[in-house]
Amino acid sequence: MLESYFPVLVFILVGLGFGIVPILLGRLVAPWRPDSEKLSPYECGFEAFEDARMKFDVRYYLIAILFILFDLEIAFLFPWATVFQDFIAAGEHAWFVFGAVMVFLAVLVIGYIVEWKNGALDWE
Amino acid sequence: MNFVVPDFYPAAAEIFVAVMALVIMLAGAFARSVRWLAYTLTQLTLVGAALITIFVPSVDVSYTFSGMFVSDLFGNVLKLLIYLAVGVALLYGRGYLADRRMERPEYYLLAVLMTLGMMVMVSANHLLTLYIGLEMMSLALYGMTAFDRDSVRSTEAAMKYFVLGALASGLLLYGMSMIYGATGALDFVSIKDALYFQTANKTVLLFGLVFLMAGIAFKLGVVPFHMWVPDVYQGAPTAVTLLIASAPKLAAFAMTMRLLVFALFELAEQWQAMLMFLAVLSIILGNLAAIAQSNIKRMLAYSGISHMGFMLLGLVAGVVSGETHNAITAYSAAMFYAVAYVLMSLASFGMVLLLARAGFEAEEIDDFKGLNKRSPWFAAMMMIVMFSMAGIPFFIGFFAKLAVLQSVVAAGYVWLAVLAVVMSVIGAFYYLRVVKVMYFDAPADDAPIHAPAEMRVMMSVNGLSIAALGLMPQGLTYLCWIALLASLT
Repeated sequence: MLESYFPVLVFILVGLGFGIVPILLGRLVAPWRPDSEKLSPYECGFEAFEDARMKFDVRYYLIAILFILFDLEIAFLFPWATVFQDFIAAGEHAWFVFGAVMVFLAVLVIGYIVEWKNGALDWE
Repeated sequence: MNFVVPDFYPAAAEIFVAVMALVIMLAGAFARSVRWLAYTLTQLTLVGAALITIFVPSVDVSYTFSGMFVSDLFGNVLKLLIYLAVGVALLYGRGYLADRRMERPEYYLLAVLMTLGMMVMVSANHLLTLYIGLEMMSLALYGMTAFDRDSVRSTEAAMKYFVLGALASGLLLYGMSMIYGATGALDFVSIKDALYFQTANKTVLLFGLVFLMAGIAFKLGVVPFHMWVPDVYQGAPTAVTLLIASAPKLAAFAMTMRLLVFALFELAEQWQAMLMFLAVLSIILGNLAAIAQSNIKRMLAYSGISHMGFMLLGLVAGVVSGETHNAITAYSAAMFYAVAYVLMSLASFGMVLLLARAGFEAEEIDDFKGLNKRSPWFAAMMMIVMFSMAGIPFFIGFFAKLAVLQSVVAAGYVWLAVLAVVMSVIGAFYYLRVVKVMYFDAPADDAPIHAPAEMRVMMSVNGLSIAALGLMPQGLTYLCWIALLASLT
């Protein structure tokens, strides 16, 4: 029973290692000449700690939403690609499975065309 | 690998509407200056979908997409009514939107996507299909509620609607996960089987049912999950209020039926008790709160709450101490009520749109003062609608109430019927007040009624159909009854 949780322990240890080791290495090995830019969390963009109710450009939203859309598209394609191999191997319904994902991509392409045409991709 | 290519025929109408949504999207992007294009394409889409729904699928119950989707007479009848309701609502709203520079192609795109969502909801045979349909409909409605971007009230209404809607969706999903945990199935047929053979954990199941009911109650807008209804109805542009108050009620009814009757019928005694609680509270609160309103959109919102409560009474009366012989009659009474309500809702909000003009909203009850002097014909139409909503014989609202009350009495809940009648009498006050204001008060403004010809014609057809169906309700009653009989047995 307990040994089935061993992978979880490994994950925890690897996760901790990933977080701690680079910081320790950086402190020990790298040169240490700080300035205000280097100490801030992000070198560009908004200040990380200030009033949340500030105004900022609504176009950031648009970019973020478009990014999520096309990012998720890839997330759908990965599992499809692994299953598609089996379909090709079996030699059955491969065209149907291919067509199904092409319909999905076609819908996204139409969305892309509409965005482009409506000027969502221009910053100015 | 046992993969079967799904049968697309049962979903032909949905596929057609989805393709047309893409066409309208492209048309909106490339032919933006052609004002009539998006509207015409939308109406053609609805007509095409209606033709497909009538001619393609058979009457038999057919499942497709691995049992996630069902095409049956119940769904097809409701879909046809949904096309009709959306088409009429868009026709009424067009002049209003054009006057306020809101008639953009995106509006019609959202309306088509909303229709598609409702069609998926109506034909869902799987908890996830149902949820996807519901979200598709709701997201389009949130967007449309905020369509008047510069209006603070419209934005506020959309915000409220979105936050509360997301909360309700969360509750619904949580309930669905409980039911999945208890039965190990997501499609309604398997859930029904699991309940029938009593392989499910009853405690988890009932726990899930409570959450499911909360989600359903929110979408129907019944007490105590009604808080969003008046604010959203009042804040949204009237054309959108009309859309929210009409076709989605049919879809919500279908969702209730699919979840409670098609899937969880074995738990009828449990959900009937919950529905009875919701229905009684809605009828009381809806009718009492409507009396205090001076804004007609808000008044109609509270009246809608009470009507939804009344509709739920039909679902309460299905199973009595284990006997199900009353069920089909009771459910068809509820379906008839939903259809009647949508007809009346279209006409009443349509009348608010008819009186509105550029820079004037006509959303106070006082704006109806002396309508008889300005336009006797439309005053008569509004009177028909108000009489019908109050349940005065012989309009469709009377027969809808009568059918529901008959099944409630047949189920032995006489106190429930008495309560419903008493509250209807109280409710008649605020409907009749509108009639009184139209006929006995002096007009506040004498501007002529400015509305496109097709809207005047449709408004008259709508009003007269309420009267005509009240004189001859047998056809619609039979349609509801046969639809449920063919799909449930």
